[in-house]
Amino acid sequence: MKREDVEHVAHLARIQLSEEELQTFGAQLESILGYMEKLGELNTDDVEPMPYAVDVKNAYRDNPDHSPLPRDAALKNAPQLDPEGKFFAVPKVIGEISPNQGKSGEAGS
Amino acid sequence: MSELWKLTSGDLHERFTSGAASAVEIVESHLDRADQVEAKIDAILTLDRDHVLAQAKALDAKREKGEPLGMLAGIPIGIKDNICTEGIKTTAGSRILESFVPPYNAHVIDKILAADGIIFAKTNLDEFAMGSSCENSAFKVTKNPWDLTRVPGGSSGGSAAAVAAGIVPLALGTDTGGSIRQPASFCGLVGMKPTYGRVSRYGALAFASSLDQIGPISKDVAGSARLLSVIAGKDPNDGTSIDQEVPDYREALEEEMFGLTLGLPKEYMSDSLPSSIREAVDDVVLTLEALGTSVRAIDLPHTEYAVATYYVVANSEASSNLARYDGMHYGHRTKAPIKNLAESFSRTRSEGFGDEVKRRIMTGTHALSSGYYDAYYLKALKVRRKIREDFETAFEDVDAVIAPTSPVTAFKIGEKIDDPLSMYLTDILTVAVNLAGLPALSLPVGFSGEGLPIGLQIIGQPFEEELLLTLAQGYQVETDHHKKWPQIP
Repeated sequence: MKREDVEHVAHLARIQLSEEELQTFGAQLESILGYMEKLGELNTDDVEPMPYAVDVKNAYRDNPDHSPLPRDAALKNAPQLDPEGKFFAVPKVIGEISPNQGKSGEAGS
Repeated sequence: MSELWKLTSGDLHERFTSGAASAVEIVESHLDRADQVEAKIDAILTLDRDHVLAQAKALDAKREKGEPLGMLAGIPIGIKDNICTEGIKTTAGSRILESFVPPYNAHVIDKILAADGIIFAKTNLDEFAMGSSCENSAFKVTKNPWDLTRVPGGSSGGSAAAVAAGIVPLALGTDTGGSIRQPASFCGLVGMKPTYGRVSRYGALAFASSLDQIGPISKDVAGSARLLSVIAGKDPNDGTSIDQEVPDYREALEEEMFGLTLGLPKEYMSDSLPSSIREAVDDVVLTLEALGTSVRAIDLPHTEYAVATYYVVANSEASSNLARYDGMHYGHRTKAPIKNLAESFSRTRSEGFGDEVKRRIMTGTHALSSGYYDAYYLKALKVRRKIREDFETAFEDVDAVIAPTSPVTAFKIGEKIDDPLSMYLTDILTVAVNLAGLPALSLPVGFSGEGLPIGLQIIGQPFEEELLLTLAQGYQVETDHHKKWPQIP
Protein backbone atom coordinates (compact mmCIF):
# COMPACT_ATOMS: atom_id res chain seq x y z
CA MET A 1 0.00 0.00 0.00
CA LYS A 2 1.40 3.35 -1.00
CA ARG A 3 2.49 5.72 1.71
CA GLU A 4 -0.03 8.40 0.72
CA ASP A 5 -2.85 5.82 0.74
CA VAL A 6 -2.00 4.82 4.31
CA GLU A 7 -1.83 8.47 5.29
CA HIS A 8 -5.19 9.11 3.63
CA VAL A 9 -6.97 6.27 5.40
CA ALA A 10 -5.36 7.18 8.73
CA HIS A 11 -6.58 10.73 8.26
CA LEU A 12 -10.13 9.55 7.48
CA ALA A 13 -10.04 7.37 10.62
CA ARG A 14 -8.60 10.25 12.72
CA ILE A 15 -5.59 8.22 13.77
CA GLN A 16 -2.16 9.84 13.87
CA LEU A 17 0.63 7.51 12.78
CA SER A 18 4.34 7.72 13.50
CA GLU A 19 6.86 7.21 10.71
CA GLU A 20 7.49 3.66 11.91
CA GLU A 21 3.76 2.88 12.09
CA LEU A 22 3.28 4.13 8.54
CA GLN A 23 5.79 1.48 7.42
CA THR A 24 4.48 -1.50 9.44
CA PHE A 25 0.77 -0.74 9.00
CA GLY A 26 1.32 -0.09 5.30
CA ALA A 27 2.71 -3.59 4.80
CA GLN A 28 0.09 -5.22 7.03
CA LEU A 29 -2.87 -3.40 5.47
CA GLU A 30 -1.61 -4.41 2.06
CA SER A 31 -1.59 -8.10 3.00
CA ILE A 32 -5.01 -7.91 4.70
CA LEU A 33 -6.70 -5.96 1.90
CA GLY A 34 -5.01 -8.19 -0.66
CA TYR A 35 -6.56 -11.21 1.03
CA MET A 36 -9.98 -9.53 1.03
CA GLU A 37 -9.75 -9.10 -2.74
CA LYS A 38 -10.37 -12.85 -2.92
CA LEU A 39 -14.07 -11.92 -2.82
CA GLY A 40 -13.70 -10.55 -6.35
CA GLU A 41 -13.42 -14.15 -7.64
CA LEU A 42 -17.11 -14.73 -7.01
CA ASN A 43 -19.82 -13.59 -9.37
CA THR A 44 -22.47 -11.88 -7.25
CA ASP A 45 -24.28 -9.90 -9.94
CA ASP A 46 -27.77 -11.08 -8.99
CA VAL A 47 -27.26 -11.23 -5.23
CA GLU A 48 -28.96 -8.81 -2.86
CA PRO A 49 -26.56 -7.44 -0.24
CA MET A 50 -27.34 -8.68 3.27
CA PRO A 51 -26.40 -6.16 5.98
CA TYR A 52 -28.21 -8.13 8.71
CA ALA A 53 -28.54 -11.88 9.09
CA VAL A 54 -31.96 -11.71 10.68
CA ASP A 55 -34.74 -10.00 8.76
CA VAL A 56 -35.82 -7.58 11.45
CA LYS A 57 -38.29 -4.87 10.60
CA ASN A 58 -38.04 -1.39 11.95
CA ALA A 59 -38.71 -1.70 15.66
CA TYR A 60 -41.26 0.90 16.67
CA ARG A 61 -42.03 1.49 20.31
CA ASP A 62 -43.81 4.01 22.46
CA ASN A 63 -41.71 6.94 23.46
CA PRO A 64 -42.76 7.68 27.03
CA ASP A 65 -40.84 9.89 29.42
CA HIS A 66 -37.75 8.12 30.70
CA SER A 67 -35.84 9.41 33.65
CA PRO A 68 -32.65 10.68 32.03
CA LEU A 69 -29.19 9.91 33.35
CA PRO A 70 -28.59 12.31 36.26
CA ARG A 71 -26.28 15.15 35.29
CA ASP A 72 -23.58 14.16 37.78
CA ALA A 73 -23.54 10.59 36.46
CA ALA A 74 -23.36 11.80 32.87
CA LEU A 75 -20.42 14.08 33.65
CA LYS A 76 -18.56 11.67 35.89
CA ASN A 77 -16.36 10.19 33.16
CA ALA A 78 -15.64 13.47 31.42
CA PRO A 79 -11.96 14.10 30.65
CA GLN A 80 -12.49 17.82 31.27
CA LEU A 81 -15.27 19.94 32.77
CA ASP A 82 -15.92 23.64 32.75
CA PRO A 83 -14.73 25.52 35.88
CA GLU A 84 -18.12 25.14 37.59
CA GLY A 85 -18.28 21.42 36.81
CA LYS A 86 -21.61 21.66 35.01
CA PHE A 87 -20.60 21.10 31.39
CA PHE A 88 -18.24 19.06 29.24
CA ALA A 89 -15.26 21.19 28.29
CA VAL A 90 -13.81 20.60 24.83
CA PRO A 91 -10.93 22.12 22.87
CA LYS A 92 -11.65 25.16 20.76
CA VAL A 93 -13.64 24.05 17.70
CA ILE A 94 -13.02 26.92 15.29
CA GLY A 95 -9.57 28.06 14.24
CA GLU A 96 -6.18 27.27 15.72
CA ILE A 97 -5.45 27.03 19.41
CA SER A 98 -2.62 29.19 20.78
CA PRO A 99 -0.02 27.31 22.85
CA ASN A 100 -1.20 28.51 26.26
CA GLN A 101 -4.78 27.41 25.51
CA GLY A 102 -3.74 23.96 24.46
CA LYS A 103 -3.38 22.32 27.86
CA SER A 104 -6.41 20.05 27.62
CA GLY A 105 -6.83 16.85 29.54
CA GLU A 106 -6.77 18.37 33.03
CA ALA A 107 -10.00 18.17 34.97
CA GLY A 108 -11.55 21.58 35.55
CA SER A 109 -11.39 22.94 39.06
CA MET B 1 -16.35 -27.03 52.72
CA SER B 2 -12.99 -26.75 51.05
CA GLU B 3 -12.85 -26.99 47.26
CA LEU B 4 -16.29 -25.48 46.73
CA TRP B 5 -14.67 -23.86 43.69
CA LYS B 6 -14.56 -27.27 42.01
CA LEU B 7 -18.34 -27.59 41.97
CA THR B 8 -20.40 -26.86 38.88
CA SER B 9 -22.74 -23.87 38.88
CA GLY B 10 -25.72 -26.20 39.33
CA ASP B 11 -24.15 -27.91 42.35
CA LEU B 12 -23.23 -24.56 43.92
CA HIS B 13 -26.79 -23.31 43.47
CA GLU B 14 -28.11 -26.51 45.06
CA ARG B 15 -25.71 -26.22 48.03
CA PHE B 16 -26.67 -22.61 48.57
CA THR B 17 -30.44 -22.95 48.27
CA SER B 18 -30.52 -26.11 50.42
CA GLY B 19 -28.54 -24.40 53.16
CA ALA B 20 -25.51 -26.71 52.82
CA ALA B 21 -23.23 -23.75 52.04
CA SER B 22 -23.54 -19.99 52.54
CA ALA B 23 -22.90 -17.54 49.75
CA VAL B 24 -20.01 -16.13 51.80
CA GLU B 25 -18.42 -19.61 52.02
CA ILE B 26 -18.86 -20.04 48.28
CA VAL B 27 -17.28 -16.72 47.30
CA GLU B 28 -14.47 -17.17 49.85
CA SER B 29 -13.55 -20.45 48.18
CA HIS B 30 -13.46 -18.73 44.79
CA LEU B 31 -11.51 -15.77 46.17
CA ASP B 32 -8.98 -18.23 47.64
CA ARG B 33 -8.75 -19.97 44.31
CA ALA B 34 -8.15 -16.64 42.60
CA ASP B 35 -5.36 -15.96 45.12
CA GLN B 36 -3.76 -19.30 44.22
CA VAL B 37 -3.86 -19.10 40.45
CA GLU B 38 -4.59 -15.59 39.16
CA ALA B 39 -0.95 -14.46 39.33
CA LYS B 40 -0.12 -17.26 36.88
CA ILE B 41 -3.18 -16.98 34.62
CA ASP B 42 -3.80 -13.20 34.45
CA ALA B 43 -7.46 -13.72 33.58
CA ILE B 44 -8.87 -10.82 35.60
CA LEU B 45 -8.86 -7.05 35.12
CA THR B 46 -11.01 -6.01 38.10
CA LEU B 47 -11.87 -7.97 41.24
CA ASP B 48 -13.25 -6.02 44.20
CA ARG B 49 -13.27 -8.44 47.17
CA ASP B 50 -15.39 -6.17 49.35
CA HIS B 51 -18.01 -5.83 46.66
CA VAL B 52 -18.07 -9.61 46.13
CA LEU B 53 -18.41 -10.29 49.86
CA ALA B 54 -21.12 -7.62 50.22
CA GLN B 55 -23.18 -9.31 47.46
CA ALA B 56 -22.71 -12.69 49.18
CA LYS B 57 -23.76 -11.34 52.58
CA ALA B 58 -26.87 -9.77 51.08
CA LEU B 59 -27.75 -13.11 49.50
CA ASP B 60 -27.25 -14.97 52.77
CA ALA B 61 -29.57 -12.47 54.47
CA LYS B 62 -32.14 -12.97 51.73
CA ARG B 63 -32.04 -16.74 52.18
CA GLU B 64 -32.20 -16.31 55.97
CA LYS B 65 -35.44 -14.37 55.61
CA GLY B 66 -36.92 -17.11 53.47
CA GLU B 67 -37.32 -14.89 50.40
CA PRO B 68 -37.54 -16.59 47.00
CA LEU B 69 -34.13 -17.11 45.39
CA GLY B 70 -33.34 -16.69 41.69
CA MET B 71 -31.92 -19.22 39.25
CA LEU B 72 -28.34 -17.95 39.70
CA ALA B 73 -28.41 -17.63 43.51
CA GLY B 74 -25.07 -18.57 45.01
CA ILE B 75 -23.18 -18.62 41.70
CA PRO B 76 -20.15 -16.32 41.20
CA ILE B 77 -19.97 -15.11 37.60
CA GLY B 78 -17.10 -13.61 35.59
CA ILE B 79 -18.01 -10.79 33.21
CA LYS B 80 -16.02 -9.97 30.10
CA ASP B 81 -14.77 -6.42 30.46
CA ASN B 82 -16.60 -5.11 27.40
CA ILE B 83 -19.95 -5.49 29.20
CA CYS B 84 -21.01 -2.45 31.25
CA THR B 85 -21.27 -2.86 35.01
CA GLU B 86 -22.59 0.14 36.91
CA GLY B 87 -19.98 1.49 39.30
CA ILE B 88 -17.37 -1.11 38.22
CA LYS B 89 -14.68 -0.12 35.75
CA THR B 90 -15.30 -1.40 32.21
CA THR B 91 -12.25 -1.00 29.99
CA ALA B 92 -12.77 -3.21 26.92
CA GLY B 93 -9.08 -4.01 27.46
CA SER B 94 -8.24 -0.58 26.03
CA ARG B 95 -6.21 2.40 27.22
CA ILE B 96 -8.89 4.64 25.79
CA LEU B 97 -11.34 3.36 28.45
CA GLU B 98 -8.74 2.67 31.14
CA SER B 99 -10.66 4.56 33.83
CA PHE B 100 -14.21 4.38 32.46
CA VAL B 101 -16.82 3.58 35.12
CA PRO B 102 -20.22 2.99 33.48
CA PRO B 103 -23.20 4.88 34.91
CA TYR B 104 -25.53 1.99 34.00
CA ASN B 105 -25.66 -1.80 33.73
CA ALA B 106 -25.85 -3.76 30.50
CA HIS B 107 -29.21 -5.52 30.16
CA VAL B 108 -27.59 -8.91 30.82
CA ILE B 109 -26.08 -7.62 34.09
CA ASP B 110 -29.48 -6.44 35.33
CA LYS B 111 -30.89 -9.86 34.45
CA ILE B 112 -28.09 -11.67 36.30
CA LEU B 113 -28.54 -9.52 39.40
CA ALA B 114 -32.32 -10.01 39.29
CA ALA B 115 -31.66 -13.78 39.26
CA ASP B 116 -29.40 -13.40 42.36
CA GLY B 117 -26.15 -14.07 40.52
CA ILE B 118 -22.92 -12.70 42.02
CA ILE B 119 -20.85 -10.35 39.84
CA PHE B 120 -17.42 -11.72 40.78
CA ALA B 121 -14.85 -10.21 38.44
CA LYS B 122 -14.31 -8.41 35.15
CA THR B 123 -12.25 -10.55 32.81
CA ASN B 124 -9.51 -9.82 30.30
CA LEU B 125 -10.06 -9.68 26.55
CA ASP B 126 -8.47 -8.62 23.31
CA GLU B 127 -8.95 -4.86 23.06
CA PHE B 128 -12.57 -4.17 22.04
CA ALA B 129 -12.92 -7.94 21.49
CA MET B 130 -10.64 -7.74 18.44
CA GLY B 131 -8.42 -10.79 18.45
CA SER B 132 -8.21 -14.54 18.74
CA SER B 133 -5.60 -14.89 21.49
CA CYS B 134 -6.17 -12.34 24.30
CA GLU B 135 -2.71 -10.92 23.45
CA ASN B 136 -4.25 -7.66 22.23
CA SER B 137 -5.31 -6.54 25.71
CA ALA B 138 -3.68 -3.24 26.67
CA PHE B 139 -3.22 -4.51 30.23
CA LYS B 140 -2.08 -8.14 30.38
CA VAL B 141 -1.70 -11.33 28.40
CA THR B 142 -3.91 -14.11 29.76
CA LYS B 143 -2.37 -17.60 29.85
CA ASN B 144 -4.07 -20.89 29.05
CA PRO B 145 -4.52 -22.85 32.32
CA TRP B 146 -3.73 -26.09 30.44
CA ASP B 147 -0.32 -24.75 29.36
CA LEU B 148 0.87 -21.40 30.65
CA THR B 149 3.08 -20.84 27.59
CA ARG B 150 0.01 -20.87 25.34
CA VAL B 151 -2.86 -18.48 24.64
CA PRO B 152 -6.33 -19.11 26.09
CA GLY B 153 -7.91 -18.04 22.80
CA GLY B 154 -9.85 -14.89 22.25
CA SER B 155 -11.32 -12.58 22.47
CA SER B 156 -13.14 -13.85 25.58
CA GLY B 157 -9.88 -15.41 26.79
CA GLY B 158 -10.09 -14.02 30.32
CA SER B 159 -13.58 -15.44 30.85
CA ALA B 160 -12.53 -18.84 29.49
CA ALA B 161 -9.27 -18.99 31.48
CA ALA B 162 -11.08 -17.96 34.68
CA VAL B 163 -13.61 -20.78 34.29
CA ALA B 164 -10.96 -23.33 33.27
CA ALA B 165 -8.84 -22.41 36.31
CA GLY B 166 -11.79 -22.65 38.72
CA ILE B 167 -11.88 -18.95 39.64
CA VAL B 168 -15.55 -18.84 38.58
CA PRO B 169 -17.90 -21.64 37.46
CA LEU B 170 -19.67 -19.43 34.91
CA ALA B 171 -18.80 -16.42 32.81
CA LEU B 172 -20.15 -14.15 30.11
CA GLY B 173 -18.36 -13.60 26.85
CA THR B 174 -19.20 -11.92 23.57
CA ASP B 175 -18.94 -13.63 20.18
CA THR B 176 -18.55 -11.54 17.02
CA GLY B 177 -16.60 -14.09 14.95
CA GLY B 178 -15.94 -16.93 17.40
CA SER B 179 -14.88 -15.04 20.51
CA ILE B 180 -16.85 -17.31 22.87
CA ARG B 181 -16.52 -20.64 21.06
CA GLN B 182 -12.81 -20.53 20.21
CA PRO B 183 -11.54 -19.74 23.75
CA ALA B 184 -14.02 -22.30 25.11
CA SER B 185 -12.46 -24.88 22.79
CA PHE B 186 -8.88 -23.85 23.68
CA CYS B 187 -9.68 -24.11 27.41
CA GLY B 188 -11.79 -27.31 27.41
CA LEU B 189 -15.13 -25.63 28.16
CA VAL B 190 -18.67 -25.20 26.92
CA GLY B 191 -19.30 -21.87 25.21
CA MET B 192 -22.41 -20.73 23.44
CA LYS B 193 -23.08 -18.06 20.83
CA PRO B 194 -26.84 -17.54 20.77
CA THR B 195 -28.90 -16.68 17.69
CA TYR B 196 -28.46 -13.05 16.66
CA GLY B 197 -31.21 -11.20 18.55
CA ARG B 198 -31.70 -13.83 21.26
CA VAL B 199 -29.80 -11.79 23.88
CA SER B 200 -29.90 -8.00 24.21
CA ARG B 201 -26.67 -6.22 23.29
CA TYR B 202 -27.62 -3.14 25.33
CA GLY B 203 -24.57 -2.18 27.37
CA ALA B 204 -22.11 -4.38 25.49
CA LEU B 205 -19.50 -2.08 23.96
CA ALA B 206 -20.22 -2.35 20.25
CA PHE B 207 -17.61 -3.91 17.95
CA ALA B 208 -19.62 -5.10 14.90
CA SER B 209 -23.29 -4.57 15.61
CA SER B 210 -24.71 -6.97 13.01
CA LEU B 211 -22.54 -9.81 14.38
CA ASP B 212 -22.07 -9.28 18.14
CA GLN B 213 -23.88 -11.56 20.61
CA ILE B 214 -23.40 -12.09 24.35
CA GLY B 215 -23.35 -15.68 25.58
CA PRO B 216 -22.30 -18.04 28.39
CA ILE B 217 -19.10 -19.97 29.08
CA SER B 218 -19.20 -22.84 31.56
CA LYS B 219 -17.57 -26.05 32.67
CA ASP B 220 -20.61 -28.18 31.77
CA VAL B 221 -23.54 -27.91 29.35
CA ALA B 222 -26.02 -27.36 32.18
CA GLY B 223 -24.19 -24.20 33.28
CA SER B 224 -24.60 -22.58 29.87
CA ALA B 225 -28.27 -23.64 29.73
CA ARG B 226 -28.86 -22.02 33.12
CA LEU B 227 -27.15 -18.73 32.29
CA LEU B 228 -28.76 -18.47 28.84
CA SER B 229 -32.21 -18.95 30.42
CA VAL B 230 -31.54 -15.84 32.51
CA ILE B 231 -30.01 -13.51 29.92
CA ALA B 232 -32.13 -14.31 26.82
CA GLY B 233 -35.17 -12.30 25.80
CA LYS B 234 -36.55 -9.12 24.29
CA ASP B 235 -35.19 -5.82 25.60
CA PRO B 236 -36.78 -2.54 24.46
CA ASN B 237 -33.31 -0.96 24.68
CA ASP B 238 -32.01 -3.19 21.87
CA GLY B 239 -34.12 -2.82 18.73
CA THR B 240 -32.53 -5.96 17.26
CA SER B 241 -33.42 -8.20 20.19
CA ILE B 242 -36.26 -10.46 19.18
CA ASP B 243 -39.54 -10.93 20.98
CA GLN B 244 -39.76 -14.66 21.26
CA GLU B 245 -40.59 -16.71 24.32
CA VAL B 246 -37.59 -17.75 26.43
CA PRO B 247 -37.80 -21.39 27.53
CA ASP B 248 -36.10 -22.80 30.60
CA TYR B 249 -33.20 -24.12 28.55
CA ARG B 250 -32.38 -26.68 31.25
CA GLU B 251 -35.39 -28.69 30.12
CA ALA B 252 -33.64 -29.29 26.80
CA LEU B 253 -31.02 -31.29 28.69
CA GLU B 254 -33.60 -34.02 29.32
CA GLU B 255 -34.61 -34.39 25.68
CA GLU B 256 -33.63 -37.31 23.42
CA MET B 257 -31.50 -36.94 20.31
CA PHE B 258 -32.59 -40.25 18.81
CA GLY B 259 -33.45 -39.95 15.12
CA LEU B 260 -31.74 -36.62 14.46
CA THR B 261 -29.66 -36.12 11.33
CA LEU B 262 -26.39 -34.20 11.60
CA GLY B 263 -24.25 -32.72 8.85
CA LEU B 264 -20.46 -32.63 8.82
CA PRO B 265 -19.25 -30.01 6.30
CA LYS B 266 -16.50 -31.31 4.01
CA GLU B 267 -15.01 -27.81 3.82
CA TYR B 268 -14.53 -27.74 7.59
CA MET B 269 -12.55 -31.01 7.56
CA SER B 270 -9.71 -29.92 5.28
CA ASP B 271 -6.60 -32.01 4.76
CA SER B 272 -4.55 -29.52 6.77
CA LEU B 273 -6.54 -30.25 9.94
CA PRO B 274 -4.21 -31.77 12.57
CA SER B 275 -4.77 -35.49 13.03
CA SER B 276 -5.61 -35.05 16.73
CA ILE B 277 -8.58 -32.82 15.83
CA ARG B 278 -9.66 -35.08 12.98
CA GLU B 279 -9.58 -38.13 15.25
CA ALA B 280 -11.50 -36.31 17.98
CA VAL B 281 -14.24 -35.42 15.48
CA ASP B 282 -14.35 -39.03 14.24
CA ASP B 283 -14.83 -40.18 17.84
CA VAL B 284 -17.67 -37.70 18.37
CA VAL B 285 -19.39 -39.00 15.25
CA LEU B 286 -19.17 -42.57 16.57
CA THR B 287 -20.57 -41.52 19.95
CA LEU B 288 -23.43 -39.51 18.42
CA GLU B 289 -24.29 -42.35 16.03
CA ALA B 290 -24.37 -44.76 18.95
CA LEU B 291 -26.88 -42.40 20.55
CA GLY B 292 -29.23 -42.79 17.60
CA THR B 293 -28.30 -39.94 15.28
CA SER B 294 -27.12 -40.28 11.72
CA VAL B 295 -24.22 -38.18 10.50
CA ARG B 296 -23.69 -37.35 6.84
CA ALA B 297 -21.24 -35.23 4.87
CA ILE B 298 -22.60 -31.89 3.63
CA ASP B 299 -21.30 -29.00 1.50
CA LEU B 300 -20.93 -25.38 2.57
CA PRO B 301 -19.38 -24.26 -0.72
CA HIS B 302 -18.67 -20.62 0.20
CA THR B 303 -16.63 -21.47 3.27
CA GLU B 304 -13.37 -20.34 1.65
CA TYR B 305 -14.76 -16.79 1.43
CA ALA B 306 -15.96 -16.61 5.02
CA VAL B 307 -12.82 -15.08 6.57
CA ALA B 308 -12.49 -12.34 3.93
CA THR B 309 -16.22 -11.56 4.14
CA TYR B 310 -16.11 -11.48 7.90
CA TYR B 311 -13.14 -9.13 8.15
CA VAL B 312 -14.64 -6.69 5.64
CA VAL B 313 -18.02 -6.61 7.40
CA ALA B 314 -16.69 -6.64 10.97
CA ASN B 315 -13.98 -4.04 10.37
CA SER B 316 -16.30 -1.74 8.45
CA GLU B 317 -18.80 -1.81 11.30
CA ALA B 318 -15.98 -1.40 13.82
CA SER B 319 -14.61 1.67 12.05
CA SER B 320 -18.04 3.26 12.38
CA ASN B 321 -18.74 2.08 15.95
CA LEU B 322 -15.34 3.14 17.29
CA ALA B 323 -15.67 6.64 15.83
CA ARG B 324 -17.39 7.51 19.12
CA TYR B 325 -14.08 7.31 21.01
CA ASP B 326 -13.04 10.92 20.52
CA GLY B 327 -12.04 11.87 24.07
CA MET B 328 -14.81 14.41 24.52
CA HIS B 329 -17.44 12.94 26.90
CA TYR B 330 -15.62 10.00 28.45
CA GLY B 331 -12.43 8.02 28.09
CA HIS B 332 -8.89 9.13 27.44
CA ARG B 333 -8.13 12.58 26.01
CA THR B 334 -4.63 13.50 24.93
CA LYS B 335 -2.65 15.77 27.21
CA ALA B 336 -0.29 16.77 24.41
CA PRO B 337 -0.47 20.34 23.13
CA ILE B 338 -2.78 20.42 20.12
CA LYS B 339 -3.48 22.96 17.41
CA ASN B 340 -7.13 22.21 16.69
CA LEU B 341 -10.01 19.88 17.42
CA ALA B 342 -9.16 17.41 14.66
CA GLU B 343 -5.70 17.00 16.14
CA SER B 344 -7.22 16.38 19.56
CA PHE B 345 -9.22 13.49 18.06
CA SER B 346 -6.31 11.95 16.17
CA ARG B 347 -3.80 12.27 19.04
CA THR B 348 -6.34 10.88 21.52
CA ARG B 349 -7.08 7.90 19.31
CA SER B 350 -3.41 7.22 18.52
CA GLU B 351 -2.58 7.16 22.22
CA GLY B 352 -5.74 5.27 23.27
CA PHE B 353 -6.00 2.45 20.72
CA GLY B 354 -3.61 -0.47 20.35
CA ASP B 355 -2.17 -1.74 17.07
CA GLU B 356 -4.84 -4.32 16.24
CA VAL B 357 -7.67 -1.86 16.82
CA LYS B 358 -5.91 0.69 14.60
CA ARG B 359 -5.44 -1.91 11.86
CA ARG B 360 -9.10 -2.86 11.94
CA ILE B 361 -10.37 0.71 12.01
CA MET B 362 -8.13 1.55 9.06
CA THR B 363 -9.07 -1.50 6.97
CA GLY B 364 -12.74 -0.85 7.75
CA THR B 365 -12.39 2.82 6.89
CA HIS B 366 -10.73 1.85 3.61
CA ALA B 367 -13.50 -0.65 2.79
CA LEU B 368 -16.15 2.05 3.29
CA SER B 369 -14.27 4.88 1.63
CA SER B 370 -15.14 6.51 -1.64
CA GLY B 371 -13.98 4.42 -4.58
CA TYR B 372 -13.65 1.20 -2.56
CA TYR B 373 -17.14 0.78 -1.06
CA ASP B 374 -18.54 -1.36 -3.89
CA ALA B 375 -15.51 -3.61 -4.21
CA TYR B 376 -15.18 -4.31 -0.50
CA TYR B 377 -18.19 -3.57 1.68
CA LEU B 378 -21.03 -4.09 -0.79
CA LYS B 379 -19.30 -7.15 -2.23
CA ALA B 380 -18.91 -8.65 1.24
CA LEU B 381 -22.60 -8.12 2.01
CA LYS B 382 -23.47 -10.06 -1.13
CA VAL B 383 -21.14 -12.93 -0.31
CA ARG B 384 -22.58 -12.86 3.20
CA ARG B 385 -25.95 -13.80 1.72
CA LYS B 386 -24.36 -16.69 -0.20
CA ILE B 387 -22.83 -17.93 3.05
CA ARG B 388 -26.21 -17.86 4.79
CA GLU B 389 -27.82 -19.64 1.83
CA ASP B 390 -25.24 -22.44 2.18
CA PHE B 391 -26.56 -23.09 5.67
CA GLU B 392 -30.20 -22.79 4.61
CA THR B 393 -29.61 -25.41 1.93
CA ALA B 394 -27.84 -27.68 4.41
CA PHE B 395 -30.67 -27.38 6.93
CA GLU B 396 -33.11 -28.76 4.34
CA ASP B 397 -31.42 -32.13 4.89
CA VAL B 398 -29.99 -32.04 8.40
CA ASP B 399 -31.18 -30.93 11.85
CA ALA B 400 -27.84 -29.51 12.95
CA VAL B 401 -24.28 -29.12 11.69
CA ILE B 402 -21.24 -30.36 13.60
CA ALA B 403 -17.66 -29.24 12.97
CA PRO B 404 -14.39 -28.60 14.76
CA THR B 405 -14.48 -25.21 16.51
CA SER B 406 -10.94 -24.29 15.50
CA PRO B 407 -8.47 -25.71 12.97
CA VAL B 408 -5.77 -25.57 15.68
CA THR B 409 -5.42 -26.21 19.39
CA ALA B 410 -4.09 -23.43 21.65
CA PHE B 411 -1.00 -21.88 20.06
CA LYS B 412 2.05 -20.42 21.76
CA ILE B 413 1.99 -16.90 23.14
CA GLY B 414 3.74 -14.69 20.57
CA GLU B 415 3.46 -17.25 17.77
CA LYS B 416 1.05 -15.29 15.54
CA ILE B 417 0.98 -11.80 16.99
CA ASP B 418 3.31 -10.26 14.40
CA ASP B 419 1.38 -11.67 11.45
CA PRO B 420 -2.23 -10.40 11.70
CA LEU B 421 -3.45 -12.24 8.61
CA SER B 422 -2.25 -15.64 9.91
CA MET B 423 -4.18 -14.93 13.13
CA TYR B 424 -7.32 -14.05 11.14
CA LEU B 425 -7.12 -17.28 9.17
CA THR B 426 -7.48 -19.35 12.38
CA ASP B 427 -11.06 -17.98 12.58
CA ILE B 428 -12.08 -19.91 9.44
CA LEU B 429 -14.42 -22.33 11.25
CA THR B 430 -16.27 -19.85 13.47
CA VAL B 431 -16.97 -16.67 11.47
CA ALA B 432 -19.59 -18.02 9.04
CA VAL B 433 -21.96 -18.68 11.95
CA ASN B 434 -21.91 -15.00 12.92
CA LEU B 435 -22.36 -13.84 9.34
CA ALA B 436 -25.44 -16.08 9.10
CA GLY B 437 -26.75 -15.12 12.56
CA LEU B 438 -27.01 -18.75 13.71
CA PRO B 439 -26.69 -20.23 17.21
CA ALA B 440 -23.68 -22.45 17.91
CA LEU B 441 -22.28 -24.23 20.93
CA SER B 442 -18.71 -25.43 21.41
CA LEU B 443 -18.04 -28.31 23.76
CA PRO B 444 -14.92 -30.20 24.84
CA VAL B 445 -14.44 -33.47 22.94
CA GLY B 446 -10.92 -34.57 23.83
CA PHE B 447 -7.26 -33.64 24.13
CA SER B 448 -4.35 -33.50 21.73
CA GLY B 449 -1.16 -35.49 22.25
CA GLU B 450 0.23 -32.44 24.05
CA GLY B 451 -2.68 -32.45 26.47
CA LEU B 452 -4.44 -29.46 24.91
CA PRO B 453 -8.24 -29.37 24.78
CA ILE B 454 -10.11 -29.89 21.49
CA GLY B 455 -13.53 -28.37 20.88
CA LEU B 456 -16.39 -29.29 18.57
CA GLN B 457 -19.17 -26.91 17.66
CA ILE B 458 -22.80 -27.73 17.00
CA ILE B 459 -24.54 -25.22 14.74
CA GLY B 460 -28.32 -24.90 14.55
CA GLN B 461 -31.05 -22.99 12.78
CA PRO B 462 -32.10 -19.65 14.26
CA PHE B 463 -33.63 -20.02 17.74
CA GLU B 464 -32.84 -23.73 17.98
CA GLU B 465 -30.57 -23.34 21.00
CA GLU B 466 -32.51 -26.14 22.72
CA LEU B 467 -31.52 -28.66 20.06
CA LEU B 468 -27.84 -27.73 20.50
CA LEU B 469 -28.13 -28.20 24.25
CA THR B 470 -29.85 -31.57 23.85
CA LEU B 471 -27.09 -32.84 21.57
CA ALA B 472 -24.28 -31.44 23.72
CA GLN B 473 -25.76 -32.86 26.92
CA GLY B 474 -26.33 -36.25 25.28
CA TYR B 475 -22.68 -36.37 24.31
CA GLN B 476 -21.48 -35.08 27.67
CA VAL B 477 -23.19 -37.77 29.76
CA GLU B 478 -21.29 -40.36 27.71
CA THR B 479 -17.88 -38.70 28.18
CA ASP B 480 -15.78 -37.10 30.91
CA HIS B 481 -13.60 -34.52 29.09
CA HIS B 482 -15.50 -31.71 30.82
CA LYS B 483 -14.73 -33.11 34.26
CA LYS B 484 -10.95 -32.82 33.94
CA TRP B 485 -9.04 -29.94 35.55
CA PRO B 486 -5.74 -28.49 34.36
CA GLN B 487 -2.73 -28.95 36.63
CA ILE B 488 -1.57 -25.40 37.18
CA PRO B 489 2.09 -25.49 38.29
